[in-house]
Amino acid sequence: MEELALNILIDGTTYGMVLFVIAVGMSVTLGLMRFVNLSHGAFAMIGGYVTAHCIQAWGFGFFSATLLGVLFTIALAGTLEHTVLRHLYRRSELTQVLFTIGLSFFLIATTNAIAGPQIQLIALPDWLNAQVDLGFRVLPAQRLLVIAVGVIVLVAISYAVAKTRFGVWLRAAVDNPDAAASLGIPIRLVQSTTFACGAALAALGGVLGAELMPLEPFYALKYLVLVLVVVAVGGMGDIKGTFMAAWLLGTIDTASQYLASSWGGIFFFVAMILFLARRPDGILKARET
Amino acid sequence: MTDMNPKRRHESPLFSPFLVVVAGLAWWFFLPDQLGLLTKLAYTALFVISLDLVVGIAGLPSLGHAALFGVGAYAAGIFATFVSPDPLVGLFIGALAGSLTAALSGLFLLRFQGFTFLMLTVATSQVLLSLANKFRDLTGGDDGLASYVMGGVFGVWDFDLYGKVASVYAVASLSIGYFVALKFKSSPFGLSVRGIHENRTRMVAIGTPIFLRLWVTYVFAGLLAGIAGAISAQTNGIVALDSLSFNLSAEALVMLILGGVGRLHGAVLGTLIFGVLHHTAASLNPYHWMFAVGAILMVVVVVPRDTLLATLRSLVIKQPNRHRAQP
Repeated sequence: MEELALNILIDGTTYGMVLFVIAVGMSVTLGLMRFVNLSHGAFAMIGGYVTAHCIQAWGFGFFSATLLGVLFTIALAGTLEHTVLRHLYRRSELTQVLFTIGLSFFLIATTNAIAGPQIQLIALPDWLNAQVDLGFRVLPAQRLLVIAVGVIVLVAISYAVAKTRFGVWLRAAVDNPDAAASLGIPIRLVQSTTFACGAALAALGGVLGAELMPLEPFYALKYLVLVLVVVAVGGMGDIKGTFMAAWLLGTIDTASQYLASSWGGIFFFVAMILFLARRPDGILKARET
Repeated sequence: MTDMNPKRRHESPLFSPFLVVVAGLAWWFFLPDQLGLLTKLAYTALFVISLDLVVGIAGLPSLGHAALFGVGAYAAGIFATFVSPDPLVGLFIGALAGSLTAALSGLFLLRFQGFTFLMLTVATSQVLLSLANKFRDLTGGDDGLASYVMGGVFGVWDFDLYGKVASVYAVASLSIGYFVALKFKSSPFGLSVRGIHENRTRMVAIGTPIFLRLWVTYVFAGLLAGIAGAISAQTNGIVALDSLSFNLSAEALVMLILGGVGRLHGAVLGTLIFGVLHHTAASLNPYHWMFAVGAILMVVVVVPRDTLLATLRSLVIKQPNRHRAQP
């Protein structure tokens, strides 16, 4: 019984960290830049695909391949943001939805045309497959890496938004873009960088989560709902909230798969309904009425 | 907002549904080997009209509208399996199931707005999907529910292999549903719902019962979506889990935005464009239809609608553009 609970906790935490790393970029673009980016899942997918390809076809190591995958996604997202997406920031939400869904369709078809419909595997190096003895428990090193990355991302982003000059610029640009621009803040740089960072994190999440969320062309839409749920429960633009939401929902989903798999995703979504009903503005924000 | 054109303001709500009937008849005579597509377009259009009532008229962004469609489909399928093969009674049962689901879920959902509402509609439809998957004795689960045979419409016209009866049945239901939806939209009730969409605070101030108005609209939308689902169950002879899926909700929203939100005829046009496009692209190359559809969705957004329409208009009618409306 304790064994089972511990397994659920560890697997759930790992899953939650993957969800967090993917969702946090979306939370920031949605909450801080007011841009509904439904192609976020596609960025995660592309990061994963490029990494898998670098390892399989070109024989790169795990880390250099991940780096290349993330860099490629940054380049792609940056180009898209600079050429097209920035013109959509001030358009209606429905227009943004239409465009980014279209973009997702397009990227799915492209991925399918290039790589084929089969699932891509990211081979892990031996030391990541190794078991690590923590004293009370033996864990695969890959799990530990995912959890560590999740925590590092949380700390790094919270620090960047709260303490650095860039974070100040970002918050100013969000609150009042025109005033911020007239104060000499390079709005465009802030927007592009934020968007590219979000895409980079999505790519990283796509690589780290490849074991839990298998890479296939429909990845981009298949896991979009999960990511949206995490963003909604966490509260848009709330980084700590997104972390808590991802962790809780990841654990709940894992527990329901261990204990009641025939019920499908019902517990996940019921939990989401309960969280949203109690805290519509985010899990860490009390309801103002 | 959208109907400031004086020509259109006095348009009878009979006109557009009549056009639908004429177009449906033309299709029926000239494209007799594509009646399956016509049937699918007709019930999908009814479903998207129902979505437009929620999104366009009431201003509530829903990404879980398939819940109402799927419940109607399952209700009609289960009714045909266990009770009676009569399609019209089945249609009534589908409508009842759709509006009941909307009534119950609406009591909870309509307390929220915006992004929270959107995500809660997603959750509701996913919960129903999980339930349909779980209770496989009733719904067939993954395999779908297909063990029923429909009777004839009015007990006379049996559904045939070529879809002749099915397409007439679906187009007739669409035009009637469309007409009622147009009446609803232009009624004082419908106008006050639009008022809530455009300025909720002011509508509260003049004493409109906001929650009740939205709830009735949602129930009515559920009724239409339930009918659409029932037609899909009856004409296809199968109800599968994808009638409750997120994909269906998302595609319906895409069709609606494509055709234009809040005008009802946009729902019909969007379904027609997306449906024909999907069908053509998929029959040209079944693997890469998303290429074409995705590209066109992006083009529609990037090229302003007014420019697009003005170009088309100046191509058709040889007259100079007087002025371009600012978006």
